[in-house]
Amino acid sequence: MQRNPDKFWNPYLAGVALGLVLLVTFLIMGNGLGASGASYRLGVAAVNALAPGHVQAVPAMSSVVEERWALDDWLVFEVLGVVVGGVLGAWTSGRLKREVLKGPTFGTGGRIAFAIAGGVLMGFAAKLTRGCTSGQALSGGALLSVGSWAFMFSVFAGGYAVAYFVRRQWR
Amino acid sequence: MNPIFPIESLSDERRALGLGVAVVIGIGFGFVLERAGFGRAQKLVGQFYGSDMTVLKVMFTAIVTAMLGTVILSGVGLLDIDTVQFNFPTYLWPMILGGLVLGAGFVVSGYCPGTSVVATASGKLDGLATVGGVVVGGLIYAELEPAMGAFPNSGKLGTFTIPEWLGLPAPVVAALVVAMAIGAFLLGEMVERRVNRQAVPAPVPVARRWVFVALVALAVVAVLTLALPTGTQAGQP
Repeated sequence: MQRNPDKFWNPYLAGVALGLVLLVTFLIMGNGLGASGASYRLGVAAVNALAPGHVQAVPAMSSVVEERWALDDWLVFEVLGVVVGGVLGAWTSGRLKREVLKGPTFGTGGRIAFAIAGGVLMGFAAKLTRGCTSGQALSGGALLSVGSWAFMFSVFAGGYAVAYFVRRQWR
Repeated sequence: MNPIFPIESLSDERRALGLGVAVVIGIGFGFVLERAGFGRAQKLVGQFYGSDMTVLKVMFTAIVTAMLGTVILSGVGLLDIDTVQFNFPTYLWPMILGGLVLGAGFVVSGYCPGTSVVATASGKLDGLATVGGVVVGGLIYAELEPAMGAFPNSGKLGTFTIPEWLGLPAPVVAALVVAMAIGAFLLGEMVERRVNRQAVPAPVPVARRWVFVALVALAVVAVLTLALPTGTQAGQP
């Protein structure tokens, strides 16, 4: 098998494939794809293990554990699948490698700090927007939801506004 | 047609099966994201520096593909689109402000929440750090939510679609979105050439032409479903 780590699918064909996965999800599950919701549930499950009383005291956390364990949710299982699919895709294309992606002149510690900081911003924002790029922009966008489209344009605007200031990490 | 596994309303045995299906769907999702290049931060953030418009191309093609699928299936009466759209209510202000913050987080971390999972799966430690950040950020939100008062629920418009907003039938809006997407793709490719200083445009892959032709053809089919008497028109009140 040909393994060139720099060879990717044609973006338009990849888009069609992604769109078909999404369409099948709509038809079978009656819901869209998602990601940030699963990460959130992981956090709540951790807090619940350490301080169950605190979870009960915070409305946004207690609502997640109301009926079942925080991780007993379809989105968590879907994201488990994403991990498996990601490993399969990376392994079969020669991209499965432990590394930190960054520009050659930027420090590893700085890059990890940026990654954590950006993650915190996104984790916070995705709760406010009731979904991230997958759950809101992609899924809601395909269903022509006004809020999802407003969200999508905002994501691009926010990205372009900040890009200049963090460009050094890729140099 | 109704969803086969509407996960919220399943009995326990069916629910277990539904969760298994969710894993299979996730595998497809993760594999496609990886193969599109979305496990690599540079490929994702290239969007914001104009050097690599893969995000625009993949995201928009996916949105348009799934949109045409739902609009056509709903147009021929095979899908009750309202039951799916019901899961995507609009809260305008938090979505706009949150979108700006999420976009900022995207270029700072180099990933979005979903692609950070794919990056982690392919061994990228910065992807793992992003996942950790997303988990912590969600918990911070939960702690601060009571202090935000009514803002998270502001601009509430319920299930509100672009066809409803514009007062146009969903297939017509779908056709307009296809036209807009193809325009955005051509513009994106132009920006890529400028930024990467390519004097001579690279040859256009055959795949691109066929995808464009197929999308336009499906948009025409979608509009033709308007002539059918039985359609449950997407987004129509």
